Amino acid sequence: MNDTKKHNEEEVKLMKGNEAIAHAAIRCGCDGYFGYPITPQSEIMETMMELEPWNTTGMVVLQAESETASINMVYGAAGCGKKAMTSSSSPGISLMQEGLSYLAGAELPAVVVNVMRGGPGLGTIQPSQADYFQTVKGGGHGDYKLITLAPASVQEMADHTVLAFDLAFKYRVTAMVLADGIIGQMMEKVVLPPYQPRMTEAEIAERCPWATLGKPASRKPNVINSLQLLAEEMEEVNLRLQGRYREIEKNEVRYEEFQCEDAEYLVVAFGTMARVCQKAVEMARAEGIKVGLLRPITLYPFPVDRICHYSHTTKGMLTVEMNAGQMVEDVRLASCGRVPVEHFGRLGGIVPSPDEVLEALKTKIINR
Amino acid sequence: MTINDIINPANLVYAKTKVMNDVPMHYCPGCSHGVVHKLIAEIIEEMDFQEKTIAIAPVGCAVFAYKYLDIDWQQAAHGRAPALATAVKRLLPDRLVFTYQGDGDLAAIGTAETIHAANRGENIAIIFINNGIYGMTGGQMAPTTLMGMKSSTSPNGRTVPLNGHPLDITKLLAQLDGTCYVTRQSVHTVGTVRKTKKAIRLAFENSMAGKGTSVVEIVSTCNSGWKMTPEASNDWMVENMFPVFPMGDLKNL
Amino acid sequence: MAKIKGAVVVNVERCKGCNLCVVACPSNVLALNKEANSKGYNYSAMVDADSCVGCAACALVCPDACITVYKVRI
Repeated sequence: MNDTKKHNEEEVKLMKGNEAIAHAAIRCGCDGYFGYPITPQSEIMETMMELEPWNTTGMVVLQAESETASINMVYGAAGCGKKAMTSSSSPGISLMQEGLSYLAGAELPAVVVNVMRGGPGLGTIQPSQADYFQTVKGGGHGDYKLITLAPASVQEMADHTVLAFDLAFKYRVTAMVLADGIIGQMMEKVVLPPYQPRMTEAEIAERCPWATLGKPASRKPNVINSLQLLAEEMEEVNLRLQGRYREIEKNEVRYEEFQCEDAEYLVVAFGTMARVCQKAVEMARAEGIKVGLLRPITLYPFPVDRICHYSHTTKGMLTVEMNAGQMVEDVRLASCGRVPVEHFGRLGGIVPSPDEVLEALKTKIINR
Repeated sequence: MTINDIINPANLVYAKTKVMNDVPMHYCPGCSHGVVHKLIAEIIEEMDFQEKTIAIAPVGCAVFAYKYLDIDWQQAAHGRAPALATAVKRLLPDRLVFTYQGDGDLAAIGTAETIHAANRGENIAIIFINNGIYGMTGGQMAPTTLMGMKSSTSPNGRTVPLNGHPLDITKLLAQLDGTCYVTRQSVHTVGTVRKTKKAIRLAFENSMAGKGTSVVEIVSTCNSGWKMTPEASNDWMVENMFPVFPMGDLKNL
Repeated sequence: MAKIKGAVVVNVERCKGCNLCVVACPSNVLALNKEANSKGYNYSAMVDADSCVGCAACALVCPDACITVYKVRI
């Protein structure tokens, strides 16, 4: 296969979720990756270093001295209108919260991948979904939101990386790809996207007139900044951000449904847990229990309206999460107390089995 | 010949550079920041780099540097300026990228970012204002506060058991293989202002030549924080700061 | 022998009266004015204009870039 053909086409490969992120980032014209090793996501940077995209697309890949430095390198690159990303796992993402808040305050587009592991503290390297609150409720200081994509397959690791950049630039926000250790480590078939050229400086200047590329005589200096000493100006920035978040909530809700049409009960789960729950739904259906699965693909914006809809049509909901009960709060808010909403989860990196999920559905919802 | 005859554009020998705008600076009267800002602006004009410069502002008094120099700026979180500069320079290698940082920013909260950017030999210039105090937040002790020196968080003077030793981070940076030029200057006299300008210019030229990281420390005053007049601050700086932070090049490859 | 005559113009509103130019001037041309500008600073001004040689020492040390210097040979 010649190079041109290879560059313009999709490619089908077998690889890990983490590797798919690296390939997709390079292919979608990412300008810079800045990261720091941490299990279970180190393959992202390792793959990039192996692929040496600086020799092909010109993308910069740099191993930083810490997650703090990584996220601030992303800030510097994003301030120049460049497509920049970092990746880490839970403890490293905690260290990045300062930078995430600054990125939000400075209205910069960026992509961050969190391949979650169990916590708190150094925790475990086993998969977890315990960073839901940290991601969708803030984490850093101030009123801000991260668009949060929750991939459930290796294919979505690639697709969401590309989508995250598109959304980040569309709204000038950080988009988080919130995966877990299983999706990061498991191997599946993946269709890699065709190569897109990196943006030229002229394109950046056109698309991101705020970017710091050096001040031509034709315009005033651009300043990437999150400091506003006057309360009125600070409020103005916040109102602008909130307006953008309302737009995101209106336009960007994504979810997937499985056997929901006639469902009397609804299971809500994201990422790896959605795959387990799909099996549990099949088992329940085999027993004649009418259960459906709603998988939020965007955790922020959350599919509030869809949950609200099912709160009118079902008798109860169960959220299944690899945490102590986080997304369940959003499902309860969206269902307004109309139906019982319970949580089932395992902690510490243990993945609930389909049997456990079905049992929990029966005891917590159906036979409550 | 009257004064009005002399004051004629044809006779001009010194005027504020256009790279520095007309916004009055917020710095206290006599603050060293203003002189250094002015020198940077002059050098950018002389190098004809206004369109090719991306500067990184710190947290601290100089957080507002972006208001005064008409170039593109990014304002960094406290201490993170070298991380921003690293990314900017790597993605835009033909631009002049420099950080402007104080001692609290560079030598305390940003020590890791500073040392690692310098150790990687990023092709950036680091302008380091060392006045031995946190000016913006009201005169607290800094990593470079001298032994016995009073600050709002060392009201009876810095002591080793309580506060540890002053940090000579510039000396540390000079040890790193990634730095090509490390110098310590001041701006309290005509002669030192001229030398500092040469030093900053060399730092900028080094970064454009891809020689590695250049660090220009400018031992400075904070007359408000030190609670002295600007003139007395300069004298105090010479008498007390210079013995601990001696003037001159630490490294020039 | 040619004589050098200089003159300085202080941007009165920009000046903060820090006095560093007064100290730097080798010819004692400058002093802080008794009058204050709109911000209340006693701004720098020429008090002995005849002695000015236009060396620009005042302007070089001025932290607020508020001094413009002129020089002529007569």
